[in-house]
Amino acid sequence: MLGKSITFTSGKGGVGKTTATANIGTALATLGKKVVCIDADIGLRNLDVVLGLENRIVYDLVDVVEGRCRLRQAMIRHKRLPELFLIPAAQTRDKTAVSPSDMVRVCDKLRDEHDFILIDSPAGIERGFRNAIAPADEVVIITNPEISAVRDADRIIGLVEAEEKETPTLIINRLNTSMVQRGDMIAAEDVLELLAIKLIGVVPEDESVLVSTNRGSPIALEEKSKAGQAFRNIASRLTGEDVPFLELDGDSGFLGRISKIIRSGGA
Amino acid sequence: MFRSRRKSAPKAKERLKLVLIHDRAKLPPGVMADLKDELIEVISRHIEVNKDAVSIEIAQEGREQRLIADIPLQPPRHRRR
Ligand SMILES: Nc1ncnc2c1ncn2[C@@H]1O[C@H](COP(=O)(O)OP(=O)(O)OP(=O)(O)O)[C@@H](O)[C@H]1O
Ligand SMILES: [Mg+2]
Repeated sequence: MLGKSITFTSGKGGVGKTTATANIGTALATLGKKVVCIDADIGLRNLDVVLGLENRIVYDLVDVVEGRCRLRQAMIRHKRLPELFLIPAAQTRDKTAVSPSDMVRVCDKLRDEHDFILIDSPAGIERGFRNAIAPADEVVIITNPEISAVRDADRIIGLVEAEEKETPTLIINRLNTSMVQRGDMIAAEDVLELLAIKLIGVVPEDESVLVSTNRGSPIALEEKSKAGQAFRNIASRLTGEDVPFLELDGDSGFLGRISKIIRSGGA
Repeated sequence: MFRSRRKSAPKAKERLKLVLIHDRAKLPPGVMADLKDELIEVISRHIEVNKDAVSIEIAQEGREQRLIADIPLQPPRHRRR
């Protein structure tokens, strides 16, 4: 087995990178995949709380890199999903405690025994971002349908391409269907047209995301939630399955047009 | 067509589009005007152009960008009737 590493990044802060990493990781594990989530947001760790694993941390990523523990010891197994692991970030250090080549080394060790290595990037375009994308086989950009988030996403796409990596793929998060219908939110289709990269998911704005984060139980585990379903669909697409897109703009033509765009993009 | 003036999404998309064009080209909007003036100056050394009708813009196709200059030439002075 040679696991695939996927980094979730955005430029702008607070658009949903940690939420996406936790939920897609959870959904992949539910599909029977072996998954490790790495929190690369050193100094501002949060993936632990979104996954509900904060009380079980002993060692972290910096302990691994600095040789205070073995990799295995820093991997926290999820309570309900035995094939889902978290490597938490250090909370009392900063981004310089880890280098891009450290990240590559850690990921390479994980590839043998896992299907997916998901990396939660910090916001920004500096060292933390560089660390997060260094080991990535695929970079996924998270954005919101909003001017500044899309602008930052575009900048990140340029930076990733400059690293000679594959063109990133896109997740549009927090789409509010009624605002789109009212003409007060940029439609998913328009974001896609402007960024012109391959879309792998559209996640609706959903209050239950916060509720599930409060509980430390990812929304992807909730059968009935629309956001949960969107994250499960993304996970399936990452495994290579061709899952149709939810009709999120409330426009019946959206689905057909999106799938056309996707197909012409080679998905 | 019947675009309500209160809808903000079309405006957001339009503004975003322009911002992305200039971000990607690393060309601030104000520099475009200078570029146009200099281009006219250089070309005018060799051939007479209709300065007022020159247009220069960045067009995009997917993530590819190209600079498109439309430079009409000055019509011949003594045109036959
Ligand atoms: N689809 C959604 N619907 C509603 N709320 C959401 C959605 N996605 C994320 N949120 C909320 O948005 C906030 C920010 O999310 P998150 O922490 O995942 O962002 P981030 O990109 O990791 O932020 P940072 O840049 O600080 O690391 C959280 O409160 C989260 O619950
Ligand atoms: Mg985060």
